[in-house]
Amino acid sequence: MKKITKSLSYRNLVKRPARSIALMLLAAFLSFSVFGGTIIVGSLRSGLSSLQDRLGADIMVVPYEAATKSDLENIVLQGNTGYFYMDSSYLKKLAAMEGIGQISAQFYLASASSGCCSIPVQIIGFDPETDFTISPWIKKSYNRPLQDMEIVVGNSLNAFVGDTLTFYGTDVHVAAKLDRTGTSLDTAVYTNENTIKTLIQASLDKKLNNFGDINPDKVISCVLINVAEGYTIEDVLNDINLHVRKVEAVQTKNMISGISGSLKGISDVIGILTAAIWILSLVIMIIAFRMSVNERKKEFAVLRVIGASGKKLFHIVLTEGILVSLSGSLIGIVVGALVILPFGNFIEAQLGLPFLLPGGLKVAGLACISLVASVTAGSFTGALASYKISRMDTGLILREGN
Amino acid sequence: MVLKAEGVSKQFLRETKGTNIFMAVKETDFELPEGMLTVLTGRSGSGKSTFLNILSGLLEPTAGKVLIGDKELYQLDDTERSRLRNRLFGFIPQGQSAIHSLNVLENVLLPLTLYGEGEADQEYAYELLELMGIAELAGSMPSELSGGELRRMAIARALVGKPEVVFADEPTGDLDDENTEIVLKLLKQTAERGTAVLLVTHENDALAYADAIYRMSGGVLEKV
Repeated sequence: MKKITKSLSYRNLVKRPARSIALMLLAAFLSFSVFGGTIIVGSLRSGLSSLQDRLGADIMVVPYEAATKSDLENIVLQGNTGYFYMDSSYLKKLAAMEGIGQISAQFYLASASSGCCSIPVQIIGFDPETDFTISPWIKKSYNRPLQDMEIVVGNSLNAFVGDTLTFYGTDVHVAAKLDRTGTSLDTAVYTNENTIKTLIQASLDKKLNNFGDINPDKVISCVLINVAEGYTIEDVLNDINLHVRKVEAVQTKNMISGISGSLKGISDVIGILTAAIWILSLVIMIIAFRMSVNERKKEFAVLRVIGASGKKLFHIVLTEGILVSLSGSLIGIVVGALVILPFGNFIEAQLGLPFLLPGGLKVAGLACISLVASVTAGSFTGALASYKISRMDTGLILREGN
Repeated sequence: MVLKAEGVSKQFLRETKGTNIFMAVKETDFELPEGMLTVLTGRSGSGKSTFLNILSGLLEPTAGKVLIGDKELYQLDDTERSRLRNRLFGFIPQGQSAIHSLNVLENVLLPLTLYGEGEADQEYAYELLELMGIAELAGSMPSELSGGELRRMAIARALVGKPEVVFADEPTGDLDDENTEIVLKLLKQTAERGTAVLLVTHENDALAYADAIYRMSGGVLEKV
């Protein structure tokens, strides 16, 4: 004969649908808050880490005006378009300084318009011979040297491999599309030094460049530096700022410290909200289970009379707790996935911070952890009520109300 | 199997009436023989139900022991005692005692399905429902039954496992004369089949069916 204990727990839940749904919703809140919270905080952290990786240099040297006008942060961190130039001789000067490990120049240009995008895009040029920041990243998507008039597009741009885009009347071909970084770099276009010089010249020819009197062959936008072993970033940074005029050396770590601060603030808020939801939900669940058990005291006494041990009663109520919290938690995770995963771009736009959703495996792992956490918490509230009912005075309850 | 109580007593702590200790059952020896319908009468609050709960393994006495065969009931741990209660005892509690998430037949079969051991005798369950006059309600939920029907369902549930001892706490309280007679006859027949039956009641109708009568007054049990 089939044991009735499990089906009794299930039937108890079905018999009282309003209470069961309310408990399931509370369990759903628990898992939703953990799953959603960890996904958002995790995505922000991944975004920041991705940004750090993409910046990939200890120091950026830019024209003094660019640093003071915050042009640099606007381009690198906020995803705004912009460009600035300094004389290419700075590269040689900086390369000759003490403590320089890796060094490479970059070139910036903003497109006026293009087929891929409704807004101007940032074009970033790099020297394939010396580059150490963009090339390793591009290699993940495109394992060949970038030819002249070829570009690589950021993941968020509406352009695909094989497309031809036109910047300032000059056609360039999309050779690869990069992996998503969750940062402003997803909306940029990357190309080699020769191509960007051609594009800068085209912008000058069309009189669409704010720097009307520059020679593309003699300018660079910034210099990226990795400090050599045995030197500190601060020492090299101070040395540059002290000895090289009209430029500003900026520590990349400091550039993203503002983002780190915002991320910490958001993480704290999410943490506090999650804790509040948990405390509130757990208290309500404890009360609801307690009320439900009190309401059925006589039934439990009857089960005791016909031979259910205290342990069996404990299992019946605990099973109810597990069933309700398991189903509620699954709902919470599914809702969390449906609400957060498809709207990564929207959340990124709202928060104004790099936002890189974790991969499928990590999301599955987080879902499992959230499920276990909320089922454990939900079961704990059931266990509290079970403990009480397993220790009740059966004789006294049988006589109550008679 | 004979159920025996040796020197059992039960006292409760009561802080509202002058003295702290209330003696619900004074030191009592008792024997519930198989094959007999024993009726225990007494006024409300006389200690009848407390005594019944002690005998049925639901309430540990303050002193004394309860023996079922050669087993001392309160020497067993809760799980063993509960299994023994499930296997050997049938209990008809006071008042309504349905499990509301189960239908009438499932309620009746509950003692047999609680541990999922052996075969549940559905035919016998139907037979009991027939005897109780509620066979047509087998698939109904308890909320659809009247108080009397629920009581009859509880009686069928107590008997379905063919227990060796049946405890009945005011089993005819909600029943009309006709059903009262049916229930009392059934308990009598159960006793005649070799079961030890203890019927706690304050109704005189039961006395006519009794093989032995006890009265409890102020926690003191005496044979009538």
